[in-house]
Amino acid sequence: MQGWPFGLYDSGADSLYALCLLTRTLRRVSTHTAIDKKNNLPAASRGEIPVDGVRAAPFWLKAAMWAGRGLIVAPPLVFLAVFFLIPFVFALKISFSEASLSIPPFSALWQTVVGGGGHLVLHLKNYRYLLTDGVYAISYLYSLKTAFFATLACLALGYPMAYAMARAKKSTQSILLLIIILPFWTSFLLRVYALEGVIRDNGLLNTVLLWLHVIDQPLKIMRTTLAVYLGIVYSYLPFMVLPLYATLEKLDMTLLEAASDLGSRPWRAFVDVTLPLSMPGVIAGSMLVFIPAIGEYVIPALLGGPDNLMIGRVLWDEFFSNHDWPVAAAVSVAFLVVLAGPLALYQHARIKQLEH
Amino acid sequence: MTRRVSPFLMTVFGIGVAFLYIPMLVLIAYSFNASALASVWGGFSTNWYVALAHNTQILHAARLSLLIAVIASTLALVLGTLAAIALVRFARFRGRLLLTGMVHAPLVMPEIITGITQLLLFVSMLQLFGWPHRGMLTIVLSHVAFCTAYVAITVQARLQSADVALEDAAMDLGARPLEAFWDITLPIIRPALVSSWLLSFTLSLDDLVISTFVSGPRASTLPMIIYAKVKLGVSPDVNALATLIIAAVGACVLIAAVMARRADKHTQPAA
Repeated sequence: MQGWPFGLYDSGADSLYALCLLTRTLRRVSTHTAIDKKNNLPAASRGEIPVDGVRAAPFWLKAAMWAGRGLIVAPPLVFLAVFFLIPFVFALKISFSEASLSIPPFSALWQTVVGGGGHLVLHLKNYRYLLTDGVYAISYLYSLKTAFFATLACLALGYPMAYAMARAKKSTQSILLLIIILPFWTSFLLRVYALEGVIRDNGLLNTVLLWLHVIDQPLKIMRTTLAVYLGIVYSYLPFMVLPLYATLEKLDMTLLEAASDLGSRPWRAFVDVTLPLSMPGVIAGSMLVFIPAIGEYVIPALLGGPDNLMIGRVLWDEFFSNHDWPVAAAVSVAFLVVLAGPLALYQHARIKQLEH
Repeated sequence: MTRRVSPFLMTVFGIGVAFLYIPMLVLIAYSFNASALASVWGGFSTNWYVALAHNTQILHAARLSLLIAVIASTLALVLGTLAAIALVRFARFRGRLLLTGMVHAPLVMPEIITGITQLLLFVSMLQLFGWPHRGMLTIVLSHVAFCTAYVAITVQARLQSADVALEDAAMDLGARPLEAFWDITLPIIRPALVSSWLLSFTLSLDDLVISTFVSGPRASTLPMIIYAKVKLGVSPDVNALATLIIAAVGACVLIAAVMARRADKHTQPAA
């Protein structure tokens, strides 16, 4: 498996690591049985690949194979193009229109003139609005900042957790893994709501602290920036821990012994050996937290206050409260451009890396 | 080799697990609270579960969500597997770059953007063709789109590690390509298919943002109802619903773990 979980793209699959680890053994078994079933004919699979001449297919077979390929490639290609890519084309089109009180609430680009013909009306004001009215730039930067610090907090909590799991006994590890996996599969929305029950003004945390006389006024956490950070860390912690655990588990512990034999203190050995070797997990985990956190809507909307203007929330309001679809469309197009650049660069760097 | 987990690591692990679990445990406790007020313990009661069983709005939404999740994850399984096969097995084909991009992009695109653009698509399609009306159908289509991406990535990872020689061998020995796929490749990637179907199912069942954008006035999924209730503050029947969901997820994860462990024992009898 090439480099899994070493990068952003594989990290998508990495979020599946939870179940994959569970089914790892299942998978091994089924692979074995698959081979066993065909064990009466595995001569070729033992490396005795026949000479190429045997495989030369007649023309009609090749044509059939090409047609078969088309049948495999076309459905996902067409479906994703229609329902993922083409929507951006419509967003681009609508971003040039003007908000209006019609249904749907935007003007047509093609305005017919009485007597036949018509002319194309392109409004650039939505893009001008994005650039001049700072709210989008500010909320985007604010989202980046929030996502960044939340990712750091997740890493600070998640790394020791993953390390503790990786150092535990093998038999304990599977139980610890289960403990992390369970929240991972539980509804995201319900977990955010559950957190609210703890940090509310009259929630568990304040009740306990008041009862212990640590505080005499309930702490105000709900509807603050702290609540948003707590929400992101709480929701995405398993996404950080699982890839970290996956890399730390594979770490060769004898390297640490060697470092200590050579006079390294545990802390130095960690910084010089463990940390660099676990970087792939750190990157994968951080990406899994950072990327969804940027566009997060539910957490700032349920836990955050009026100042926590993350881009997802601003867009939602633009759409459902202001009914300004053209501006929302312009933001979507801008997002695609803003994301596509770094992604293309990243992909390029990854291909380069693989070539080496 | 002696393994020693430092007290510091164990403490942090404990704190992290407490952080993950205390809110859920509190929620479960509240669901049995006779009082509707979150701050008061009014004694043990299963009233909220009874209320839940009579809440037709929630039950309808739950049925709709389950139906959408089953249809969307099944369709996504087919499309995603086809995409994975195309990307792994065919070195060069027209639209390869496009397919690669479209398989990876939904994972990094904020769902709010996906939701908005898909809504704009459906609205424009309705204007142009008079179809589709927003509702269950549009939610299913949107869910299939993002679930396909997750399926494709998972199956792709599994397929990459599978041995092509096995398929070649089968075909050299006279199996037709479809037979080779059915008898050799499919059993190899089956665990990836199972886990990606489950993941798609969960993602679809849990989706709030995209569904809210693309759904119509009459189609409210379970997360949409829950969100509307939660937004207004504490709602004890949501606590009861959440407890049931957590119990269901817990049971599924445990069953999967036990199955995995059994399978493990089968492979290494005297480990």
